[in-house]
Amino acid sequence: MTKSGVRKEGIKGTLTGWLYLAPALAFLIFFMVYPLIDVFIYSFEEGYNSASQTYFGIGGYNYSYVLRDPYFLQAVKNTFILVIFTVPISTILALLISLALNSIDKLKKLFQTIYFLPYVTNTLAVGLVFMILFRKTPYTDGLINLLIKAFGMSAVDFIEGPYWAKMLVLCIYVIWIVMPFKILILTSALASVNPVYYKAARIDGASKTRIFFKITLPMISPMIFYLVITGFIGAFKAYSDAVAIFGVDLNAAGMNTMVGYVYDMLYGDGGGYPSYASAAAIILFAIVLTITVINLIVSKKTSQKG
Amino acid sequence: MDVRLEHLTKVFPSRDKKGSEVVAVNDFNFTIPEGKLIGLLGPSGCGKSTMLYMICGLENPTSGKIYFGDEDVTDIPSEKRGVGLVFQNYALYPHLTVRQNITFPLENLKGEEKLTKEQRNQKALEAAKLVQIDGLMDRKPGEMSGGQQQRVAIARALVKMPKVLLMDEPLSNLDARLRLQTREEIRRIQKATGITTIFVTHDQEEAMSISDMIVVMKDGIFQQMDQPQKVYDDPVNLFVAKFLGTPAINVFEADVKDKKLYIGEDMVMDKVNVKDGPVWCGIRPEGFILDGNGALKCSLTGVDVMGRDTSIVSTNPKMTGLSVRSIISAEDLKLTSKDSVRFNIKRSKTLLFDKESEGRIYYD
Ligand SMILES: Nc1ncnc2c1ncn2[C@@H]1O[C@H](COP(=O)(O)OP(=O)(O)O)[C@@H](O)[C@H]1O
Ligand SMILES: [Mg+2]
Repeated sequence: MTKSGVRKEGIKGTLTGWLYLAPALAFLIFFMVYPLIDVFIYSFEEGYNSASQTYFGIGGYNYSYVLRDPYFLQAVKNTFILVIFTVPISTILALLISLALNSIDKLKKLFQTIYFLPYVTNTLAVGLVFMILFRKTPYTDGLINLLIKAFGMSAVDFIEGPYWAKMLVLCIYVIWIVMPFKILILTSALASVNPVYYKAARIDGASKTRIFFKITLPMISPMIFYLVITGFIGAFKAYSDAVAIFGVDLNAAGMNTMVGYVYDMLYGDGGGYPSYASAAAIILFAIVLTITVINLIVSKKTSQKG
Repeated sequence: MDVRLEHLTKVFPSRDKKGSEVVAVNDFNFTIPEGKLIGLLGPSGCGKSTMLYMICGLENPTSGKIYFGDEDVTDIPSEKRGVGLVFQNYALYPHLTVRQNITFPLENLKGEEKLTKEQRNQKALEAAKLVQIDGLMDRKPGEMSGGQQQRVAIARALVKMPKVLLMDEPLSNLDARLRLQTREEIRRIQKATGITTIFVTHDQEEAMSISDMIVVMKDGIFQQMDQPQKVYDDPVNLFVAKFLGTPAINVFEADVKDKKLYIGEDMVMDKVNVKDGPVWCGIRPEGFILDGNGALKCSLTGVDVMGRDTSIVSTNPKMTGLSVRSIISAEDLKLTSKDSVRFNIKRSKTLLFDKESEGRIYYD
């Protein structure tokens, strides 16, 4: 075949490729890119009224309002605490559980199923269980408080009590919710490591810890990075988790998240402010984008260093 | 240091409830002399890898003992045995460079044996030079050819100067040319280091060409151990005779009557000093002499010219294979007929085996 023939083939190939992608791309543009641009524009329109579709002017006022709103600052703080604690803890716990699961032969399937159950359970149902476990009412202290008292400490109201207690419950809840998926991914990642590497390492005299850090971890690192990146994004977008435990009035409980703030600005009791909601959403978007880019750079660097 | 196996046995439990257990290695006894290269030879699934894994400590024997010199190493963990193993698929750590792969075993040394980074890199470089990959130290395994990866695997196995080097079908993933080259290389490296080496293969030609001694096994059972040529010339049973040699030995159903050997109606050999009855008669391809008045009559199928030699393909009603292959040197090739051919046979290339046990029958 001649050179130009090859080139033609290449162009034709790309064209078919784009053709295959077209439906998905159309959906993406229509439901993701267009709304994003729209939200971006809203966020600069001051005093936008959705009923009359009018606004006073263009500028950064929405941002300065949102950034000075104590509810928003509280939501940012809550969200960051949630991200910083739940992502590493849930990933490490899931890794430990997966390692344990991978090292047993008998009943492995049974345990894998058990660990996966929370994933297929309704989050609100899990929230209800958490409430029953942690809540302190005039009639009962709840199961967790009974345990705490058994160790000689005093009972705490985790649902309507101090901030740290509520944050603790929320973190435990989020970790509990996200773990099954991570365990599923990590057990299959571990199982896919060719056992011959472990044999080689044993002959080479590597200790268990060295095998883990030098062989297992690098080999499953793409999956870990995947879980960390999606974990960060998921935690930044947390909302229903807080609702499941603390109800819809999250601002009053001091447990709002950034997505919760956006929602409240749109539809909540004090809602009807799409401009503020848009500004908050864009801020959230910027944060998630930055963190994800950093994550990707770190993961690239690490895998290159190998 | 020699390696001695005593009644070494490995039984794998059945995988499911109904299946039967697998005796992968059955009561093996032999001694591998110090500094020699031993070819462990047998068909796939006969327990060669299992044997190797027991010697290096990755599998525990069901029963029996393994000695390195005078030391009983049966219960010693593999990292303390001082063995190097080259895996069939190399098992190089894909995320580490060649240098990191080779230094990996050194980094695990503890206590007095501990080495500094310079010492480790120095040793890695020496091992890499030995297998001639010292120019590729910063590559990753994925960026190298099969043959180069193989060398890295050998360097990694050698870098700790093991007392015993084990190789599990190290050439099976290479193409034919590279296989020839690499097996010479392995021979050279073994000679240079003098490390007692066990080389596993299912390819008899490979085993014959580089081994000081070969051990033939079948279904986990030891068959024969000797120098390659001796095993070829003097196999203990029909299995060993059939397993060694290309083209393979030609096996006929034959009968002994009054000290004469008959293949069908043809009396092919006399003074056969065994009792009357049916036997297996094996004739090596080079054991045929083309002769217009020869004793053994066959129908001619074709002639393959293979350079210096010529292979005559024929058939005989009493043969067990698909055809009778004989190798005749080109100058002796004088065919008298287009569809039949007659041979005399060489006594030294004709082997008899018991019809039932398939054990060797000596007739002189
Ligand atoms: N871990 C194991 N569990 C059960 N059976 C095994 C195991 N490893 C090997 N076997 C069986 O033992 C026999 C010998 O296997 P192997 O040593 O790998 O043979 P070879 O290396 O000669 O091809 C085979 O029948 C194989 O199925
Ligand atoms: Mg094998």
